[in-house]
Amino acid sequence: MIIAEQKPVKEIIELTKEHKKLLVVGCGSCVTICFAGGERETRTLASALSLAAGREKRKLKIETDMALRQCEWEFIDGLAEKVDAVDAVVSTACGVGVQLMAERFAPKLVLPGLNTSFMGLPVEQGVWVENCGGCGHCVLAYTGGICPIARCAKSMLNGPCGGSQDGKCEVAADIDCAWHEIYVRLKSQDRLELITELKPAKDWSSSRDGGQRKIVRDDLKIPRPE
Amino acid sequence: MAGSNLEKVLKSGQFAVTGELGPPKNADPEIVRKKAALLKGVVDAVNITDCQTAIVRMSSIAAGTIAMQEGVEPVIQMTCRDRNRIGMQSDLLGAHALGARNLLCLTGDHQKFGNHPQSKNVFDLDSMQLLDLARDLGQGARFQCGEEIEGAAADFFIGAAANPFADPFEFRALRLAKKVAAGANFIQTQIIYNLPKFKEWMSAVRDLGLHEKVYILGGVTPLKSAGMGRYMQKNVPGLDVPDELIDRLKGAGDPQQEGINICVDIINELKEVEGVSGVHIMAIEWEEAVATIAERAGLLPRP
Repeated sequence: MIIAEQKPVKEIIELTKEHKKLLVVGCGSCVTICFAGGERETRTLASALSLAAGREKRKLKIETDMALRQCEWEFIDGLAEKVDAVDAVVSTACGVGVQLMAERFAPKLVLPGLNTSFMGLPVEQGVWVENCGGCGHCVLAYTGGICPIARCAKSMLNGPCGGSQDGKCEVAADIDCAWHEIYVRLKSQDRLELITELKPAKDWSSSRDGGQRKIVRDDLKIPRPE
Repeated sequence: MAGSNLEKVLKSGQFAVTGELGPPKNADPEIVRKKAALLKGVVDAVNITDCQTAIVRMSSIAAGTIAMQEGVEPVIQMTCRDRNRIGMQSDLLGAHALGARNLLCLTGDHQKFGNHPQSKNVFDLDSMQLLDLARDLGQGARFQCGEEIEGAAADFFIGAAANPFADPFEFRALRLAKKVAAGANFIQTQIIYNLPKFKEWMSAVRDLGLHEKVYILGGVTPLKSAGMGRYMQKNVPGLDVPDELIDRLKGAGDPQQEGINICVDIINELKEVEGVSGVHIMAIEWEEAVATIAERAGLLPRP
């Protein structure tokens, strides 16, 4: 899922201080599960913004609402009336949700309440790690199901580099060396030959590269009348 | 044949010696000239580092060109951190046109260690893929994309690094085999202080027959003090400094002299290891020490 963190409250206050009527919209999917932008977090954020306005003797009317998924058109239509009634919206969805809100309700000002961080998963309560780089050409079949694009600091395809020590990355002692893990996994599967052959230069054209990426599935498209 | 002096020395079967020159953190060519003068005639070729530890310095190709003007043959170092395959090939064509004939292909230190930790890294390729690219650009006479080079190709004597002390240890010789398969003609190792571990690695390397396919130069660095040894032991990932060496420096009246003694001892031992074709002396900001070390290790005069 998408992992995000709330922006520092100070930054959100700075972004919103010109506005007298605000709507904070949470998202019920990924960011609810990672405790960044769900119902509880939107309420807490709204209280913090109210308190700050009071402290600075600013008038502020603030409301909160939720969309089950801010990344799909049909889930945000129902917010139209509330959005109309405010000066600005703070979306505590990931960047995808913020953009859809901004587009659906343009020219209404929609501001981000979160920093969208990565695609990953929780490894223990309160700890999330990045696991997929979304490069558009999955290599997991050759790397024991461990992604070197997202998890190696140098996105190497022929690792581990000379900085791998005791299973840790040279960049920080709390980062596991992805290539060490790949080696251990493939060895346990008796498939080391997968990494003793040279992996040629990657075709990055399927990765973030040429403007907005797009997938078109003709089998799913609904034909439009001429 | 790329036609470099280093290549000739290694192919002739003589024990080779390379040095290292770190370009300055400014645009002063005189610093390069002074450092080059200290190494001239003492080594067969000099590695010119490419923004080592991710600190901005004069470019390797520019400093290497100045070194050539001083009669020192450069080994251009190139990392994958700061350029994509377009920039790399462009720079390699340029370096070759300026007369460089040796190239060392590295993945590169992460920018986190340098003076611009906020920068975006590139890593379009890794060191292995850069070796492959360099071979294509020379012997293959084609660009990485497969397009033929019309006119002069950039034929380098191609090197790579190997770290016998990094983990997982049992993969290190296999990874060297990959570098050889990707086109490495010579290898310069991480700094060797732990000789037993190095010999264990060399034994694995010989078992794979790699010492007959690639020239291996053992990396050495004279320690200036016990403090420097301790620092390297604790802070440089993939470097193995045994406590006994640090104790030897601690007990010495003149630690710098003792650092040179240790370095000479290590070189003398490396000469005896089957499959070691030379040494790479990295006297970090202590280029003056190289002549003394080479002299005392019986490596002079150079061919």
